[in-house]
This record gives sequence, C-alpha cells and structure tokens, in this order.
Amino acid sequence: MLDYIIRRLAGTVPVLLAVSVFVFAFVHLLPGDPARMVAGPEASLEQVERTRAELWLDRPIWQQYVRYLDQMVHFELGQSIKTREPVSKLIAERFMPTFWLTVWSMVWAVIAGVGLGVLSGVRRGHWIDRAATVFAISGISFPSFWLGLLMIDLFSVRLGWLPTSGYGSWLSFVMPAFTLGSAVAAVMARFTRSAFVEVSAEDYVRTARSKGVPERGVIWTHTLRNALIPVITLTGLQFGFLLGGAIVVETVFAWPGLGRLLIDSVGFRDYPVIQAEILLFALEFVLINLLVDVLYGLVNPEIRLK
Amino acid sequence: MALLEISGLKLAFPGEDGPVEVIHGLDMTVEAGETVAIVGESGSGKSVTALAVTRLLDHAGGRITAGRIGFTDRAGQVRDLATQSQEAMRLLRGPEIAMVFQEPMTSLNPVLTVGRQIAEGVMLHQGLSEQAATEEARRLLEVVRIPDAARQLGRYPFQLSGGMRQRVMIAIALSCRPRLLIADEPTTALDVTVQAQVLRLMRSLQKELGMGLIFITHDMGVVAEMADRVVVMQQGRVVETGDVVALFAAPSHAYTKMLLDAVPVLGSLADQALPAPFRIAGAPVVVQDTVQHGAVPVLELDGLVTRFDVRRRFRLAGRIHAAEQVSLKVWPGETLALVGESGCGKTTTGRSIIRLEQPRSGTIRVNGEDLSDLSGAKEKRLRRAVQFVFQDPFASLDPRLTIGFSIAEPIHTHGLAQGPAVQARVQALLEQVGLLPEHARRYPHEMSGGQRQRVCIARALASEPSLIIADEAVAALDVSIRAQVVNLLMDLQARLGLAYLFISHDMAVVERVSHRVAVMYLGQIVEIGPRQAVFGNPQHPYTKRLLEAVPVPDPTRRAAHAALDESEVPSPLRTPDDMPVVAPLVAVGAGHYVARHRVGGLY
Repeated sequence: MLDYIIRRLAGTVPVLLAVSVFVFAFVHLLPGDPARMVAGPEASLEQVERTRAELWLDRPIWQQYVRYLDQMVHFELGQSIKTREPVSKLIAERFMPTFWLTVWSMVWAVIAGVGLGVLSGVRRGHWIDRAATVFAISGISFPSFWLGLLMIDLFSVRLGWLPTSGYGSWLSFVMPAFTLGSAVAAVMARFTRSAFVEVSAEDYVRTARSKGVPERGVIWTHTLRNALIPVITLTGLQFGFLLGGAIVVETVFAWPGLGRLLIDSVGFRDYPVIQAEILLFALEFVLINLLVDVLYGLVNPEIRLK
Repeated sequence: MALLEISGLKLAFPGEDGPVEVIHGLDMTVEAGETVAIVGESGSGKSVTALAVTRLLDHAGGRITAGRIGFTDRAGQVRDLATQSQEAMRLLRGPEIAMVFQEPMTSLNPVLTVGRQIAEGVMLHQGLSEQAATEEARRLLEVVRIPDAARQLGRYPFQLSGGMRQRVMIAIALSCRPRLLIADEPTTALDVTVQAQVLRLMRSLQKELGMGLIFITHDMGVVAEMADRVVVMQQGRVVETGDVVALFAAPSHAYTKMLLDAVPVLGSLADQALPAPFRIAGAPVVVQDTVQHGAVPVLELDGLVTRFDVRRRFRLAGRIHAAEQVSLKVWPGETLALVGESGCGKTTTGRSIIRLEQPRSGTIRVNGEDLSDLSGAKEKRLRRAVQFVFQDPFASLDPRLTIGFSIAEPIHTHGLAQGPAVQARVQALLEQVGLLPEHARRYPHEMSGGQRQRVCIARALASEPSLIIADEAVAALDVSIRAQVVNLLMDLQARLGLAYLFISHDMAVVERVSHRVAVMYLGQIVEIGPRQAVFGNPQHPYTKRLLEAVPVPDPTRRAAHAALDESEVPSPLRTPDDMPVVAPLVAVGAGHYVARHRVGGLY
C-alpha cells in the first residue's frame, strides 16, 4: 500500500511542474510590461527599472523560471498589487473559510446524493425513484444564487433563524453549505443510481441471492460496496472543484473565501494573487486525486494488491 | 416421491407488446442422487428454467405464468416453488437448492475475500459464529481440492485462476449441503483439462452427498460424461427426454439427431490423414486435399519471441513469456492448428504476426517476403495478405456501421475496387459466405451470432488474403452453427486455396479442420506435426494430457479415461533473470517433432 502511495506521489511531480510552467508563462504572455504592472501605474522610470531588476526580469528566461520555482517551493508568492500585502497571507486567510464550506457542503452532498441514489436504485421505477429523479433534475437545473436568495428570504428575513451572510458560527454555514451541496448532491444521486443499477445486474449479486442472502445483505454487502467505487472518483472531483472557491455562493452569502478573492483579483488585475490561486487549485486537485487513488485501493483489493 | 417435479411450467418476460412467453409448458423430474442434463442451444430456455426453480427469475425480470414446481424438502414436505413467498424461497436457497453459474470470473464478488464469501452462507443458514464459519469454509475448500486452503481463505477472486474460482463457486454451493444442485454451464468457460477436473469433482461430491443434480450444458461431450438422464430443449420446449445411453444410441427427435451429428467427436477422423468437413444433411463428404506442398510458404515464423514485462515498484518484477522461439510454416491451402490452454501463448503468437503485439525478435515471412519490420509499403502488404477473424462476433463488428460498410472498408483501404464495383464485390463476398446481398444494409444487432461470424469472414476475405488467422473463431457459436461455419471455412479453403492458422482450444474441432497441429505450452511449441500423427500418437506428455481431458460424447466410454492430472498448469510469468530453455525439437516421425527438453512447470 505504501508502495502504491509513493508511486502515486511521484506521479504528481510532472503535473505540478507542467502547471508551474503554465503559471510562470502567464505573466509573460500578458500584454504590456510586467515590471510596470508590478511597480504600478504611477511609478517613475527608475522605479520600474528597479522593479525589473528585483524581479530578475532582465535576466534570461530560464534563470527567471528557476528562481520562480525556488520561490514557490518556499511559499514566497510575492506581493498583492492591490493591497501590498504578501500573497501567502491573503491566501491563508481565505483558505480556511472555503475549506470548511467545502467540507460541509460535501458532507451534505454525499449523505443526500448517495442516500437518494441508493434509494432510487433499490426502488427502481417506484415513486421514490421518480421523486428522487425530480429532486436531482431540479438540483442540477436550479441556479444556486436563486436558491440562496430564496433561503435568505425565508430563514433570515422572515423567520430570523439564520444569519444572512458572513463567516462565523456554525449557523452561518447552514445555508451556504446546503446551497452549494445540493447541486453536487443532485449529480451524485444520478451517478450513484446508475452505478447501483449497473452493479445490481452483475453475476455476483445473483450469486449472493443464490446463497439465500437477505435483500439487506445483497444491497449493503454485495451491491453498494462495488457501486461506490466510481462514486469515490466523482466525490473527489467535486471536492477539488469546490475547494477552488464557489464564486456564486460565496458572493451571495458574502463569504470571505477563495472564490471571491479570485473574482476581486481578476477585477483588479492583481496578477500575483491570480497566479498563486491557480497554483493552489492545481495543488489541491493533485492532492485530492492522490487521496482518491488511495481510497480506491482501500475499497478495491485488485488495485491495492496488484 | 421425486425430489423435483416440474409440470406444465410456463415462463414469460415483459416485452414491448406485453409479456413474451419463453417456456411453453415444461415437464421434468429429478430424483435424489440423479443427474439430469438439460441440453439445448442458445435461446432454448435452459438457463431460464434453472432460474425459475430457484426463483432468481423474479430478480431477472421474468415471471412464472403457469405450472407447478414440486420440491420435496428435507422434512419430506412437498412445496410448490412457483407459489412460495420470496422469503420462503430465500431460506430454501443454500440449504435446499444451490446453483453454480457459468462465469467463474464474474460470479464472485471482487471486493470480498473468498473465505468471507463461503462463510456468508454458512453463517446465514447454519447459525455458526464467524470463526466457526471460517473454519467450515476452510474445510469446504479442501473438499473441492484447493491446495493450501487456509491461506486461500484470505485471497480475493482476482488472485485465483478460473478453475480455482469455479471450485470456490462449488464450495459456496455445497456449503449448506443442498439437496438439489443446479449447475448452469459450469465448465464452459474453463480449459479442457480444468473442465475434466471440475466435472470429476462434481460427480464425486454428488455421490457423497446424494444430491439431485441438474446439469445445464450445450456440450454433448459433457452430457455423456455426467448425465443419467437427458432433457433436450429447443425454443422453450422439451423435444426429447430419456436415459443417456439410450438417447445417444438412438435419438428419436430430429433436433436431437441434428445436435448429435453436429458434435465433433474426437477420434472420428483417426484413420483419415486429411481433414474433412462435418456431414450435414447427408451430403457426401470430400476430404480436404488442398495443401500445395513445395510452394512458397504463406507464413514462415522463425524464432518469434514476444514477452510482456511486469513492473512493480518501478522495477522489472517479472516477464510473461507469451511466445518463446516460435517457429512454424504454413503452406498455401493448409490449415495449421495452434492448440493449447489459456495463457499458453497461442493468441499472442497470432497477434504478433499481424503486429497487434510487438515481438521482441524473430523473423516473420509472408509469401516469402520478410515482413519482420513494417517499413514503407510493407505494412500494407502484410495487412492485405494476412487477415484475422476473432472469437467474439458481437464485439468485433462496429455496432454503428452497416454490414456492407464493414465489408467494403478493406476494399477501399487496399484500393481493390472503385465506385459501383465495390458494392458488387461486397455482394459477391456475402454470397460467398452464405449470406444474402440484402444483408449488406443490416446492422450487426439485426443478425444472429452465426451470421455475424460469417460477416467477419467475409470482411477478412475482402482484401483477398492468402492467410486467415482464426482465433477461436467458432468457440462462441452453438454446436449446429459451429459445424456450419467450420464447413464454410473449409469450403472457402477448397475454392480459394486459403491457408488458415487456426487457433483453438477445442481438440475435436481441430481434428476436423487441420492438416497439421502445433501444441503450445508456456509459450513454446512442444509438439508439431501432421494432425493424424499428433492426435494418434502424441509424444509430449502435455499433448497427451490435453487429449485425454477432452470429454467423449459417448456415455458408454465414460470409464475409459480415469487417471486425471489434478495439477494446475503453471503460469508463463517468470522472474527477470529466469530465462526459459528453448532447445530444438526432436524428429519422431515424418514431419512430426517434439520437445524433449524441460520447458518448465510440469514438463
């Protein structure tokens, strides 16, 4: 197993290098002079030149890249053009709200999605299946800003149970996590259902019944464990996606997360922050994929032992 | 009182326009300790009948619409299985009625250990603790003769060979000492030698436990080997039933006769040097005297080596020696059969010739030209001269292309005809393989398995090849269809002078079609020679083992081959520094060569 993890970890190195090249090139592909951009619009010519020297922009490109890599490894992400604060500090502040929002959204999404998926897989064609399908389709097609606004209107404005926005006590998580998680839950429900239906037709499920295993055992032991293998992949992908910051939901609920940071930075052309975020998203995806692979190995002995 | 008494059974599945009846009033009985074989071709309803008895049919979407399934349970009470509740049926499945299915590869749960899967039923029905059930599972593994049973308990299905998995399935089925065992094609997916082992095991366990056994199969050889009585089914009806010896000696129904005639019987050409097609509808049989000796060989392999590296922790952990120094020649108009069991390298050899696998070394000469490397126009010449027909006619045709398009593709690729001439050629090819010109407009799913395989043959013929590599090309077909397709291949050989490399595990079919036979074992050819010499006077112990394991479709010759090898064929996987020894074969007769060196594993 350790062997397997090491192999997967080694596999992430080329991916991260490729991303770093892309992010590095990003600054050079932008229109205009990067030194002037960093120095700011009011900077004098000497200031621009000094910035150029500071940033090694006058050196050969490969030296710049090596320096850049070195900085990345030491988490020196530069300075925000907008606030003049270190980018690493900005990101660190915004990361935790997004992380916890993601975690709670996914908890809701997995419980609701897998639960509904299995329920409709077991009761294929039954009204429960149809109700779950309706829920799933609405979840996929219902825009999250609209769901968010409706919830604010009901629970905050009319009933006054939950705060309208902001990041604070667990109460502040309820609506954003529900809103964000529901869309994911809908996709998961559809996916789980089809995986479940597919596994139900497998020969070994028939074998289980031929042994006289009660339906409960057929579903939990024989069908679900196998059906969940593809669901793990989807969960990982969605998790990585949400960690990137949910721009719409964070905006609706005034959530101080990475999504809003990204929007603000793009609006202000705060390139060091954008660069750092892209790199962070790539890193997150790579780590989550690694986690998914490990989980895969745990569930599927064929991967673990081969 | 019979153990099982089915009367007037009718089964239906939901269809587009209401239920479709698939079994139209079936009667049969099984006594305790008796083996009843249900035989028939695909669509005869034999498997569905088994599902009805266990009522697993309910989970497959089918329904019992009429009739009675009387079953005498342990307490001596007769129960009608057709009307039992789901829960009552569940309690019968396992301790009273058990099943073994065809596909050992997919019938075991991939994420649970073998021990757990056996123990599950024991715990459920016998109320044993997990520990006691695991101990019982170990005992059962010994009963089905799995070596080192205690260690196997913790293994997963993918770590076991097909034969081992089928033994595990049998252990599961027997775990609660059922009184009726239903085995649905339990050995169809297994190699002949493994099949022989599993059949013998089932027979001895049945005697021990005094079980009633329903044995579903399409293989008349297996029927002759196993059954006391035979029920012949065709399209949902029983057409004949009777004692096995009597039925084989004097079949009364035309369909039974046809089935028996179409079964290739190993040894039926023992005193005939040349291959001969099946006798169908009393047509005179002409022997296949088509080989052009002395001409340039269509295929000449010299020292072909194909290996696959197995890597672990970034290091080379082992190598699969799929083909080791394979040398052979095929003459125009000749059929050379390449026989052996799964993993022996026969398929890899075929695929290496057309470079679906990349050989490590060796020369490949086609019609005298060295095509070992495929530079320039050589690839095109190879692809035109050598064609492939695969085992599965369902999977080897593109479901979204018409038959005509699939056949026309090689004609376009090789620029053999233009414009309307292409269509004319496609129609001629269809007629050549016994199909109609209008079949060109159909899609694969609109045709039967036999028709599809004919299409694949027509497609192979389209480039006017000199050699066709047929990899288990008739293995997936029903007996009667198989006989027709074999005859078609032989007819084409006689008319077009084609040569075949006929890759097969079915010795009886091989006897029918081939002029010469090469036996492969662990990637090496261990015996090669004229078919009559190799089959009549096998020299290599592996060839002997292979031939002895073939079930003989004659119930009176059952005791003839008793001593069977229980050992497993070893794997062609070796450590990187363990290079196999390949010595030249030794001549033992005219054109008959055999390996006298130690190849590895058993021999």
